[in-house]
Amino acid sequence: MITLLWLTAPYVAFTSFLLGHLWRYRHDQFGWTTRSSQLYESRLLQLGSPLFHFGLLAVIGGHVLGILVPASWTAALGVSEATYHLMSVSLGTLSGLATVAGLAILLYRRITVPAVRRATTRIDKVMYTLLTAAILTGMLNTIGSNLIGGGYDYRATVSPWFRSLFTVSPHPELMATTPISFQIHNLLVLVLLAIWPYTRLVHVFSAPLGYLTRPYVVYRSRGDVPAPSARRYARAWEVSNRA
Amino acid sequence: MKLMAQLAMVMNLDKCIGCHTCSVTCKQAWTNRGGVEYAWFNNVETRPGQGYPRQYQDQQRWKGGWTLTKRGRLTLRSGSRVKRLLNIFANPDLPTVGDYYEPWTYDYDNLLSAPPGDTTPVARPKSQITGEDTTITWGANWDDDLGGGPEQISRDPVLAKISAQVKLEFEQTFMFYLPRICEHCLNPSCAASCPSGAIYKRGEDGIVLVDQDRCRGWRQCVTGCPYKKIYFNHKTGKAEKCTFCYPRVEVGIPTVCAETCVGRLRYIGVLLYDADAVLAAASVPDDHDLYPAQLGVFLNPHDPRVVAEAERAGIASEWIEAAQASPVYQLIVDYQVALPLHPEYRTLPMVWYVPPLSPVVDVLASTGHDGEDAGNLFGAIDTLRIPVEYLAELFTAGDVAPVRAALERLAAMRAHMRRVNLGEPVRPEIAESVHLTPAELEAMYRLLAIAKYEHRYVIPSAAASDAHRLDALASGCSLDSDGGPGMTALDAMDSKFHLTAHPADTHGAATPADKAHRINLLNWDGKSTDGLFPPIRANGAEHVRERTR
Repeated sequence: MITLLWLTAPYVAFTSFLLGHLWRYRHDQFGWTTRSSQLYESRLLQLGSPLFHFGLLAVIGGHVLGILVPASWTAALGVSEATYHLMSVSLGTLSGLATVAGLAILLYRRITVPAVRRATTRIDKVMYTLLTAAILTGMLNTIGSNLIGGGYDYRATVSPWFRSLFTVSPHPELMATTPISFQIHNLLVLVLLAIWPYTRLVHVFSAPLGYLTRPYVVYRSRGDVPAPSARRYARAWEVSNRA
Repeated sequence: MKLMAQLAMVMNLDKCIGCHTCSVTCKQAWTNRGGVEYAWFNNVETRPGQGYPRQYQDQQRWKGGWTLTKRGRLTLRSGSRVKRLLNIFANPDLPTVGDYYEPWTYDYDNLLSAPPGDTTPVARPKSQITGEDTTITWGANWDDDLGGGPEQISRDPVLAKISAQVKLEFEQTFMFYLPRICEHCLNPSCAASCPSGAIYKRGEDGIVLVDQDRCRGWRQCVTGCPYKKIYFNHKTGKAEKCTFCYPRVEVGIPTVCAETCVGRLRYIGVLLYDADAVLAAASVPDDHDLYPAQLGVFLNPHDPRVVAEAERAGIASEWIEAAQASPVYQLIVDYQVALPLHPEYRTLPMVWYVPPLSPVVDVLASTGHDGEDAGNLFGAIDTLRIPVEYLAELFTAGDVAPVRAALERLAAMRAHMRRVNLGEPVRPEIAESVHLTPAELEAMYRLLAIAKYEHRYVIPSAAASDAHRLDALASGCSLDSDGGPGMTALDAMDSKFHLTAHPADTHGAATPADKAHRINLLNWDGKSTDGLFPPIRANGAEHVRERTR
């Protein structure tokens, strides 16, 4: 059971994540979009979307620090466990709350604005459920275990387990002793990673940083555009999955 | 110098009757699909009026186009690149569908399926966005013909720039139509605001297009375009815009809007320009200098140095010849009767307009004066400062002089041609007063009033200049697939029954060259049968196309 959950499942999720993105990038450029709904409704979106996105960017940054950077490295920099804990809990709570508040506004908008609700596809609904669940359990871990519950040092269990997946010497047993809320959070994130390439979340990988350096006006020759295959637009993912 | 060629358009507003045929045929060709129900790549708005989308010209609010920084550098009005990226999660300057109008249809089925009852069944309006019952409160053309009266018209952002006293008088006297498509600007701010680099200007013909595969739906372009001619497809999540009907012009036939224009008021032709001069022209400090600055970017195709440079730049001889015969060049440069729309947006637009003289003539005639007399007309243009000021806000960033000059040339043409038509002695001073010769006035008259199809549309086909590339294209039209435009029963029949043997063949059948071989009674002008019937060929001599000039 431990092997299945903490060894097989992550590798399946990573494979789906990687191959899925490759496949979709090659075959569904037309469907690769944010599918913004701002045209329908702008006021709530302007409130919720920046809160959610900037909050989530901070949350992801925090995860990189907490999961990918070994505790020994931060210790070598002179950051004690207590200092790290304080930093992680305070900043994590702050950015987490921004994310949750933003998500709440966006979900409220998605449900109550008829045009936005109608534009929500089946895969959107699955994705929103998973994303919300993952964010809420993550919030629970930060506030419940680390702020109120006195603290749980995930850098001794979860982080080494996650890193061990990438060094091809996996240690699934590290996860066996973690609190159940951490286990659920991890599983939800794994499922989210697995379905990621088939949802609108792919827009994360289109962050247009090249805009900062490219010339304002792009010139292209007629010959630069390859003749598209006839079936290409039929594959448009979200359109064919319309609920 | 970096010489480039561009297909440009001129519309003669004197001839627009506001019939919306261009809008409807364009819609049928390009936007009769879900997701762009609200989008009109071509629309005709009544001026004064709010336009479409509502008050799009109010750039304080919508932040379209370019502006100059304090140090005189050109920057997007919506902010720097960094600011654009920070606004990527929620664009604060994005119009919502209500600013265009909520598209609707009617529940026609109820007319047939309603059970017997005391009342006549009605077809209720249904929103095409939500599918729910809806109340129709606005449309793409709600204030057409000044509909809605002063309450609506007074919200015209252009009118707001003219003093209040002028406004009152103005409403009693003046109205005209403004057909609008994408301007295919030399300095497109939509392309400049696209974070993904999906919007590009084609090197060969200057057409501005959205790469549907590269667009990621960041919707910054909708804000960037001051003409609000980029539309967000809410089903596919991609930006769409007027394509200048590139599949048509590539084979030498005009855009759908031009082809179907009832008033024959549109002209399409090639302009040569210096791409290296664009930035400087768009950055001139005074808004009034933008119109002459743009004229300075265009190159004279009759100048041997320009021709040599064009050849060096690899521009096909057919394109250079087309540039020399370009009706657009004649109207913009030779006669200077065409003006750009809102040069103050600093995008260097490439769809220009001949300002309307008719309202001035009408006012004269209604007050008992001779509306065609040169002296009367010149005086009227000057004293009727109101429309001139309004036109100047549209076409020359508020500078009245170029508008007055254009109107005076049109007035001189009318007065001169009336003398010619009535057999009165020609007075050369009429032409001289507007810096033209009588012969030029007559040529201008022919181009504006009676020019035939091949003189209004001088479009070099891409086929002749690069046949091999067209061969590659012919294996798959980029538009004939699901999700793209043209997803109709006819397309299905076409691919199944090969109604058209080969895409290139269909297009070729309608090239202007072939028009000479067809019977075309629509060209009858009541005098001669030239152009109505295929020419009689002796010894295989080719039909020689006569040029306007």
